[in-house]
Amino acid sequence: MLTGLHRRRGLQLFLGLLTGIVFGFLLQKGGVTRYEVIVGQLLLVDFTVVKVMLSAVVVGMLGVHIMKSLGLVELHPKPDSIGSVVVGGLLFGAGFAAMGYCPGTLVGAVGNGYLDAAAGGAGVLLGAGIFAALYGRLQKRVLRIAQPRSLTIPELLNVNRWVVAIPAMVFILLLLWWIDGLGR
Amino acid sequence: MGFLTEVRWSPYVVGAGIGVLSWLTFLLSDKAIGCSTAFSRTSGMLGRLFRGRDRIESNPYYRQFPPVIDWEWMLVLGIFIGALLSALLSGDLDPRWVPPAWEARFGGAVLPRLAVSFGGGILVGLGARWAGGCTSGHGISGTLQLTLSSWIMAVFIFLGGIAAAMLIHGAPQSGGM
Repeated sequence: MLTGLHRRRGLQLFLGLLTGIVFGFLLQKGGVTRYEVIVGQLLLVDFTVVKVMLSAVVVGMLGVHIMKSLGLVELHPKPDSIGSVVVGGLLFGAGFAAMGYCPGTLVGAVGNGYLDAAAGGAGVLLGAGIFAALYGRLQKRVLRIAQPRSLTIPELLNVNRWVVAIPAMVFILLLLWWIDGLGR
Repeated sequence: MGFLTEVRWSPYVVGAGIGVLSWLTFLLSDKAIGCSTAFSRTSGMLGRLFRGRDRIESNPYYRQFPPVIDWEWMLVLGIFIGALLSALLSGDLDPRWVPPAWEARFGGAVLPRLAVSFGGGILVGLGARWAGGCTSGHGISGTLQLTLSSWIMAVFIFLGGIAAAMLIHGAPQSGGM
């Protein structure tokens, strides 16, 4: 673990900016800063978004789990309950279809000149603010519905991470191969 | 370096690039790529301006995610710069208020499009914070770590998104949108 590097706050802010520049560059080159591409995915006529996401996941999974096995990195699984991702996912999905961008790609879309994404960004800020205002009440009950015992699938099954990672990567590659064959 | 000026890259190349980028963020920054927490932090910064410092500092959510500029906030700023750079290099910078696919179905008036984008944004902001992450934080970073809730989130984003898109645009006839 490069803990010395992780503690250097100023340098980390710079690395964050650099990561974002590369991420934004890739999102624009992938076409996912476009309303047409996002809505086309949700209408199942253009599979660019799923192709980008699944290739990122399969490549990311391989490298991150190798580095984890070598003791070079720590994982950071999100602590959210099943209930909160079901409700949040449906709300998010509905808004995703109406806006035609997600929180990351809307910022890239503005960089691309797509100014309707800026109105969406203002909405995301308001939505995040509304959530913060509701949080005290939601936190006690709603956000804890179906909290899993452990966060990652290998921990839940009590198996080595590769027992899950290898089949997951094979599954994603097969899915990509099938989607590619659809020609969309 | 001709590839830098191409308008589009293969989605597989772009995805693989994001995957490699995620290796670097875990290794060099001990962080997973995510975007929506930065919107929470910014909403807190704006709240401090318009609703007063006390209202924000006593809020339990902003105590957990203080309204400060951090690694992820800089990442989101970087996305704007990176996308702008890519669009400039390829001549794909195309300032416009209404996307052509929207215009084809609902007309070219600017205000309705901005209103729907804003309303969709509210749901996205609410949903992302409700779920604790978005298409990048759960959809890519969470799934690659084999987080159970992130896989479920990814499925429900698409279930909600497909249903809403079909309601808004109608189920596509064969031959495209």
